Amino acid sequence: MTTFIELLVAGLALGGVYALIALGFTIVFRASRVINFAQGQLLVLGAFLTSWLAIDGHVPFWFAFLIGAAGTALLALVFQVGVLRFALGRPDFTIVMLTLGLATILQAVLPSIFGSTGRGNGDPWGSSSVQLGQVAFTWVQVWTVVAALVVLVAFWLFNQRSRYGLAMRSAAADPEAALAVGIPLRRVYATAWALAGVVACIGGVFLGGYPNSVDPTLANAALLAFPAIILGGIDSTTGAVVGGFVIGVVEELTAGYQPQYASWLGTNFYLVTPYVVMILVLLLRPYGLFGSRPAERL
Amino acid sequence: MSGLLTTRRVVLAVALVVVLLLPFVVGLYWLSTLVFVLIAAIGALGLDVLTGRTGQISLGHAFFLAIGAYVGGWIGADLHLTAALWIPAAAVIAGVVGGIVGPTALRLRGLYLAIVTLGLIYIGQHIFVNVPALTGGPGGRAFIDPAFGGFSFTNGVTILGLSFDRNGLFYYLALLLLILAMLFVHNLGRTHAGRSMYAVRDGELAAAVLGVNVARTKVSAFVISSALAGVAGAMYGSYLTFAVPTDWNLALSIEYVVMIVVGGMATLWGPVLGALFVIGLPALLQQVSGSSPLFGVLQPADAAAIVYGVMLIVFLLLEPRGVVGVVERITRLFQRNRQLQPDPAHGGP
Repeated sequence: MTTFIELLVAGLALGGVYALIALGFTIVFRASRVINFAQGQLLVLGAFLTSWLAIDGHVPFWFAFLIGAAGTALLALVFQVGVLRFALGRPDFTIVMLTLGLATILQAVLPSIFGSTGRGNGDPWGSSSVQLGQVAFTWVQVWTVVAALVVLVAFWLFNQRSRYGLAMRSAAADPEAALAVGIPLRRVYATAWALAGVVACIGGVFLGGYPNSVDPTLANAALLAFPAIILGGIDSTTGAVVGGFVIGVVEELTAGYQPQYASWLGTNFYLVTPYVVMILVLLLRPYGLFGSRPAERL
Repeated sequence: MSGLLTTRRVVLAVALVVVLLLPFVVGLYWLSTLVFVLIAAIGALGLDVLTGRTGQISLGHAFFLAIGAYVGGWIGADLHLTAALWIPAAAVIAGVVGGIVGPTALRLRGLYLAIVTLGLIYIGQHIFVNVPALTGGPGGRAFIDPAFGGFSFTNGVTILGLSFDRNGLFYYLALLLLILAMLFVHNLGRTHAGRSMYAVRDGELAAAVLGVNVARTKVSAFVISSALAGVAGAMYGSYLTFAVPTDWNLALSIEYVVMIVVGGMATLWGPVLGALFVIGLPALLQQVSGSSPLFGVLQPADAAAIVYGVMLIVFLLLEPRGVVGVVERITRLFQRNRQLQPDPAHGGP
């Protein structure tokens, strides 16, 4: 039972990060129907910036975090305004490839600037852990879950209560109608990308916490968050959150139990469970659990 | 210019002669790079059938390259059979796997398909790591040079006083396979199946309404694409001599996507030019920089990645038809200028 609870907490922490990454994807997708394949690299950028400021720059962690998030948001914004804006209305393929182009560039640039060896994320908790009864978990795990929940609630409030949230929802529902009633689509898209940058940075920093480290391979986590958005339905923020936590818990439970009970699935099977879950879901419900099926026009 | 001697044919003939003579002119480094270009061009042609011609985004091409490579390793290196068997077998088995995976694509489109094919890469790597009998497990496995009966590429050969070493033989075999693949894809574009692919790409529902069997068209695009990837993979593994499961990764798939986009999608020469660019550029930068990083910080491979990331963005925004589109624009410009010149025989236009 102790093992189960520990795995569950680890799963929730991992799921929190997936939920944050998935939220980044969903924000961008809802506003502009773009899946950002460079989200993983934004994550790495945010984590590197924060880590570098906090460790090498001796800036207080929370302040470094703030600057890191701002820097990541700025880059996302520049990409949207400088590149994607010119591809509005182009086929999905073009837009996917544009974000892949950004991913390719950042993938090469980031290690050249920050090096490719792992480094700490600069957080004040390090490897310290907390003991509750027989169950032990690290402070990083606790804070990851807390941060994920805070961000998700904040985004929900923003989306439901603020004028910009309303603008983003209407842009998502019908861009042309939104434009017709005077919603500044360009600003909505730019805001969505900047927000995605902030969320990416938060996800990256927590993902880089103990026992992990900040290095370019963190970008892979974003690819593992794809199953979360697919599971939840790509245009649903609730879905992104639920999907993120489900995938995280499934992954950790598999990591904990599969070697013992289903060793025939091979070593490190837990690394691919998100994709296995995703493919099963897609075969049964092609638009995810919470997604909406788009109408088709000739 | 009419009849047998059209400009196009003359250019093609000259190009063919140049390509045939290249191994005697270039050094080992560039010959080896060119072999990789030719092999990649076969794979890129395959991806173009699926993505460029049928409109199905795939990030899973590396998976099918891997299937081809391992079929080659199994039949060639483990069973010691002739290359005349394992090269076609790589195509067939990779094609069959494509036919199995393809139907999942039927219910998905666009972005969802991109993500599922991405899953293929990771699930594939997991499987490859866990079947050491075929793939050597995490440590990787060795492949074998093509051998036809008692004649192996390893030793080279001398014909009519001309000696061909391993690289030269690989070059001509890859060239032959590429030409066959190009002929196949070119002719495919003129068949019912090929035209159905264009119809599906340009409007799936409209195609279905017009009586195109969308499901069959998509699956056949997957099969053809995977089969060509299989041939490319088998040759790639064999030329590389060794591969670990993690070599068949997302970055490799993205390289192929860059090839078709930069070269020009749904064109015959696009994938070939794209392969030349994507494989040739890092090789060139490597040659220029030697052992020291460029500008003190950039590894040649990283510099190349940055350049083709930028090229990907630039081409998508400005010339979606890639290098082929640029060439066509230049040719048109040239032809228009020639038409505007007064024709001396007829006293001007």
